[in-house]
Amino acid sequence: MTPRRVRTDLVRSYVITGGRHQPSRNTHSLELVSLVTATGDRPLGELDPERQKMVRLCQGGYLSVAEVAGHVRLPVSVTTILLADLIDSGHMVVRKPPPAARPTDLDVLEKVLDGLNNIL
Amino acid sequence: MASTTSSDSGIYVRDTVETAAKLLVVGPFGVGKTTLIGAVSEIEPLRTEEVMTQAGALVDDLKGVEDKRTTTVAMDFGRLTLAPDLVLYLFGAPGQQRFMRVAPVWQQLAHGAYGALVLADTRRLDASFDAMEMVEKHGLPYAVALNSFPDSPHFPEEEIREALDLSPETPLVDCDARDRASAARALIALVKHVHTYYREHLP
Repeated sequence: MTPRRVRTDLVRSYVITGGRHQPSRNTHSLELVSLVTATGDRPLGELDPERQKMVRLCQGGYLSVAEVAGHVRLPVSVTTILLADLIDSGHMVVRKPPPAARPTDLDVLEKVLDGLNNIL
Repeated sequence: MASTTSSDSGIYVRDTVETAAKLLVVGPFGVGKTTLIGAVSEIEPLRTEEVMTQAGALVDDLKGVEDKRTTTVAMDFGRLTLAPDLVLYLFGAPGQQRFMRVAPVWQQLAHGAYGALVLADTRRLDASFDAMEMVEKHGLPYAVALNSFPDSPHFPEEEIREALDLSPETPLVDCDARDRASAARALIALVKHVHTYYREHLP
């Protein structure tokens, strides 16, 4: 099983984020498994090709930040910056951030366990 | 791949999903992390790569482009819908020394993860030490799964526990990373352990 390769291009990453490596105000709430989708009510015309690609990808439904990165073949760090921009501009929305693992999440763990048992 | 949702529309998470849980699958290169993830994932495993400097920051200066000290860290991951409102993400991460220097990536991986499945190969048990060390450093509960390779020597469990210096409560299971049910059983051993761990650490 060979996953799809991502060709990482430092210069390209640098250019498409405008040289930023710090996220916009929305990024702090974006984690690897945060689920995002396109709102569908903003024009794509003014977006650069990478951002357009992300919005188009997410027009079909929800994907995690990591999955968006995998599909558009950009590093997660770059993807997070661009998704934060797109949330700021109203092109994308994030479903409520996943709760960090903590002891009170025992009910989630029990559901995970049930689900795994079901696939045996 | 056991997926029945490989059509284009199948790449998306169901609209009804409220919770995305995360587990890590760690171990040395070639130990079978991506194979195990692929065996249970409903999507074709995806890969993302981060280019990092040894200092651990994303390159913020074009001078860094020619710098040999930059390194690429790859993460392979998959997804499994476990209930109408719950998906599980499995992130594979290498545990080599090289990777340890890029701690921000590990922090991102470990943040919000419930625990980690450490994969080990009995032909080179010591190759899993780095991954175990990283998981322990981040305070994640873990289980160890011995991935069976055709020429893997078999040792008594006690010898393996001693070689890996495992705590008595840490689960040690055999698995065939290519087999969906076997991979799922290894994950079940992990999640049971994580559940006990968090229950005992409730305030």
